[in-house]
Amino acid sequence: MLHDLIASIPFDQIMIQTVNGIVTGMILALVASGLTLIFGIMDVVNFAHGELFMLGAYLGVVVLATTGSFWLALIIATLVVAIIGAALQIVTLRPLLGRDPLTTILATFGISLVLQNYALWQFGPVARKIQEPLTGHFKLFYLEYPYYRLVIAALSAAIIGGFWLFLKYGTYGIWIRATTQDRVMAQAMGIPVPWVHTAAFAIGAGMAAASGVLFGPLVGVNHAMGLDWVLKAFIVVVVGGMGNLGGSIAASIFISLLEAYASIWVSPAQAVIVSFVVLILTLLFRPTGLFVPTPK
Amino acid sequence: MINRFNSAFWICFSIILVLLAIAPFFLPPFWQRFLTEILIWGLLAMSSDILIGYTGMISFGHSAFFGLGMYGAAAALLTVSPPNLWLAVIYGLIGAGAVALFVAYFSTRLRDIYFAITTLIFSQIFYVIIFTWTEVTGGENGLTFSRPRLSIPWLYSAPFTAETLHWFVLAVVTASYLLLRRITQSPFGMVLQSIRENEARTRAIGYPVERYKIVAVMLSGLFAGLAGVLYAIQNRFAAPDFVYFLTSGETVIFNVMGGIGTLVGPIVGAGFFLLLREMFSRFFTEYYLIPVGIIFIAMVIFMPQGLLGFLRRWLNR
Repeated sequence: MLHDLIASIPFDQIMIQTVNGIVTGMILALVASGLTLIFGIMDVVNFAHGELFMLGAYLGVVVLATTGSFWLALIIATLVVAIIGAALQIVTLRPLLGRDPLTTILATFGISLVLQNYALWQFGPVARKIQEPLTGHFKLFYLEYPYYRLVIAALSAAIIGGFWLFLKYGTYGIWIRATTQDRVMAQAMGIPVPWVHTAAFAIGAGMAAASGVLFGPLVGVNHAMGLDWVLKAFIVVVVGGMGNLGGSIAASIFISLLEAYASIWVSPAQAVIVSFVVLILTLLFRPTGLFVPTPK
Repeated sequence: MINRFNSAFWICFSIILVLLAIAPFFLPPFWQRFLTEILIWGLLAMSSDILIGYTGMISFGHSAFFGLGMYGAAAALLTVSPPNLWLAVIYGLIGAGAVALFVAYFSTRLRDIYFAITTLIFSQIFYVIIFTWTEVTGGENGLTFSRPRLSIPWLYSAPFTAETLHWFVLAVVTASYLLLRRITQSPFGMVLQSIRENEARTRAIGYPVERYKIVAVMLSGLFAGLAGVLYAIQNRFAAPDFVYFLTSGETVIFNVMGGIGTLVGPIVGAGFFLLLREMFSRFFTEYYLIPVGIIFIAMVIFMPQGLLGFLRRWLNR
């Protein structure tokens, strides 16, 4: 009986899904850390985050088509979306500073509608494809596993690591942390708080764009891809604890692994429900996040 | 003073009601249908105003209630023959109410932004279920059915015409409005408003805030479900698109455009939004959300009290 049960567990599939889960988890962590940075510093829940991700992927497609270099596409898309993000922040969010944080949800929701329909108008409803920059494979059980996926995971980790070092040791990183902790005090110390907000939004937008370009080769790029990601990133940010960078990274990998395992048995569309259930359970039992102690 | 305001209100109310009731005689069929649709979306927006405007909780999950109302009506119309209007309403309300109870139980533990995200995620759960459970819900294609007869038990029964459908919708929306208005003015509604103003103090006074919030979400869900039933009856189909997040987003847009916390405002907002959509889709075809989205952002920044609030302030000046 027990023997049959053990034999029925598909170990090879589980191994493959573990690798897959870690790869998507790292991209999700990159998206979610931008979201949690923006939330932590200015209490803005950025509904347009998924659209910045999508815009980054599309810019990647465009730059790749003109220059032919994937890495150039990655850098240019990141920078351009960061500038767009800064412009959006100045135009729409800066006037809302000091108002009810809920109004910022409405404003970013409006931005997401405009960006999504702009992409539909500009690029059409047919999904675009980004060529993988590396085409090598290695053997993982019965699969030819592409190296590129591992490169994505490593690059995402490198970007997040660099971001963490910047927050920890860079002068401007310290400005960002100071503003997160106490906006008024930071202002009194001579930190230009409105510009720190703009910069944080731009960094978050750039990170979303970078993950969009990195993720582009795995599935097609289309105008509606943003919502899936922003939903997952919301789940991750709530499960990991809002404004908690380490928590969101752990939660990203945790949830992506769960979804990857679930999709061995059910279709990927239904596997999403697993992460929803994790969210509900977290809200019920650890409302401040899975990876931080619940304050008494 | 209060009496004079009250009688002015009722006079305005009656005039608008009469205008809406006789509108089908003057409007061409397209605009007649359009007006009926405004009323239905207005009811959906009004139901979410209970949460946004009166309790201070932004729900991004109203599409779940609306959609379940639709599918509930579809279930009644497809399984019971001959199709019965009132059974459709009852099934729709049961569907929406059950979902609302489920959502309310979990999401009211959270506040502000977390509440908005949780309701959004719940509505996506129902979307995924409806979208993938093809045997029961028809999956992507949804369900189509025939329209029931307009019947009052033992008294009257006739097939719906465009005019009677409009009057039926108008009657339901008016009744819902009066009921919701009464509820918001009742002690219960006052508690909701005090939760919006100061939740900690309301709790300190001794009101069980969580229970009030759960009831508010359920109430809101029931009326949203009613709007779903009306929409299903008008269009003779139920589709997963209406459970999708965009419907919830549009509901929030209606509220903000019209003016939150006014009950009438959301209906005005729904009318304004649908008119904008109609106008812009002439030039931008399906990309109408680009200009509408820009107008929406501008209204969030410059006109946070919405059209009705803006008008009120302008009149009082």
